Amino acid sequence: MRPLLLRALPLALPGLWLALLVAAPLLVVLALAFAWPTESVPPIAPPWGAEGPNIEPFALVLEDPFYHAAFAQAALVAAGTAALCLLLGFPMAIGLARATPAWRLPLLMAVLLPFWTGFLPRLGAWIGLLRDEGWINTLLQSLGLIADPLPLLYSWPALFLGMAHAYLPFAVLPLYASLSRRDPAVEEAAADLGATPWAVFRTITLPLAAPGAAAAFLLVFIPAMGEYVIPELLGPPGAQLVGRVLWQEFFQNRDWPVAAALAVLLLLALLLPILLFQRLEARR
Amino acid sequence: MARLGLALGLGFLWLPVLLLAGYAFSESRIPFQWGGFSLRWFAALAENERLLEAAWLSLRVALGSATLAVLLGGATGWVLARRGSFRGRALFGVLAGAPLVLPDVVMGLSLLLLFVLLEGATGWPAGRGATTILLAHATIGAAYVVVLAQARLAEMAPELEEAARDLGAGPATAFATITLPLMAPSLAAGWLLAFTLSLDDVVVASFVSGPAGTTLPMVVFSMLRLGLTPEVNALAVVILAVAALGGGLALLALRGLRRL
Repeated sequence: MRPLLLRALPLALPGLWLALLVAAPLLVVLALAFAWPTESVPPIAPPWGAEGPNIEPFALVLEDPFYHAAFAQAALVAAGTAALCLLLGFPMAIGLARATPAWRLPLLMAVLLPFWTGFLPRLGAWIGLLRDEGWINTLLQSLGLIADPLPLLYSWPALFLGMAHAYLPFAVLPLYASLSRRDPAVEEAAADLGATPWAVFRTITLPLAAPGAAAAFLLVFIPAMGEYVIPELLGPPGAQLVGRVLWQEFFQNRDWPVAAALAVLLLLALLLPILLFQRLEARR
Repeated sequence: MARLGLALGLGFLWLPVLLLAGYAFSESRIPFQWGGFSLRWFAALAENERLLEAAWLSLRVALGSATLAVLLGGATGWVLARRGSFRGRALFGVLAGAPLVLPDVVMGLSLLLLFVLLEGATGWPAGRGATTILLAHATIGAAYVVVLAQARLAEMAPELEEAARDLGAGPATAFATITLPLMAPSLAAGWLLAFTLSLDDVVVASFVSGPAGTTLPMVVFSMLRLGLTPEVNALAVVILAVAALGGGLALLALRGLRRL
């Protein structure tokens, strides 16, 4: 009996944690997507009561175009953010990979340090830059370039700016990791054989970095898809992404079953990118 | 070209941070408008009871959740790296990785619903606040610790522990004298990561908190929604200073460890 107990003991703590705080919440959110909304506290009656399960939340979310748009917008914003981050992050990663060893660590720190100001104060800085009486508008007005302030804040460009700023390191780091693993001699050889810098980039650097780029895209796309805070603080009122809609259903409408149904569907929508990412990682 | 790209990218990352840091020292009541040098917003920060109370709660939650995350994540990472195959190992791995890919809104909502059901069924947790936020943050942080600890153990030859066992050490002694010191750098990095994630989170905390538990990010979020105040800038400078100090110390510690 003793050896069995000894073997099972180290599994107990991780098993308890994963069962209670990871598996159970996911099962609960799935179950309560079939619950009934009520006026009580908490505003929910479980699906195992006298009334049986409620299919209304899923039916509503699957049929109402408002929710379709929420998912489509979120996917578009996430894909756009990921593309922006690749565009900005790729030259940065190349610059990092080509830096001399003495410079690498300080430069990496320079990429990461802004993130230690805290996520929300950084968004506050963007608000301060973009709003009507903000820094950019004041600057442009004092230069005489514009008469009236431009409506920069609460717009789609502001939303993408904030998203790109928040998620850029998620793209830079995997790109840098995949670029720094390759042998610089390959590029030097191509250059020695007469390839122009652009040809070297197109035929050597880019193909070698492709798996890293795909991983970086997904690493931004997956968390960006459920983003709530940035659309809420910087985006236009029309930016009703699924994360924001879920938040409103829960906090404003107090419709917990619909919020749970949205959570389940968001998870299903993310399953494909997540599996794709895992296959990419396994191959590396 | 690449250098220019790197410089532009760093400029984009740093521009709002530098402006924010600069204007934190401005006298003006309007954020991002220069009114002469002043420390008044730092003084205002030090007198804002609501903010200080929330900061204190955030700090306690971050310390507790990071420590719990290292315990849970370290144990799970060890099981995944060293226990070979056992029934349910694949499920173990999937579940341990889930908090890394779940959106914050899903994580927050599902944990809240669990806490509500649990309270209805068992009376625990009685109400929501510091404890529920701590458990939620520990779960997210632990998932990161698992990755770090597992990667570290994968680099280390299992023969090291086996040699200790062959030389007569019991499993507990071998773990305490060989495995744990080997895991230490990854656990330290994981603790720091879990700590910062906890201090930065607003979404999960908003879901699983009750009226009694308002964390610092929750206060800052409501301030940003209602309108900017220069206090947020001063707060960011304080956070940056603490983070830079912590990061510098961590870097020094890492260099020291590498020399060992």
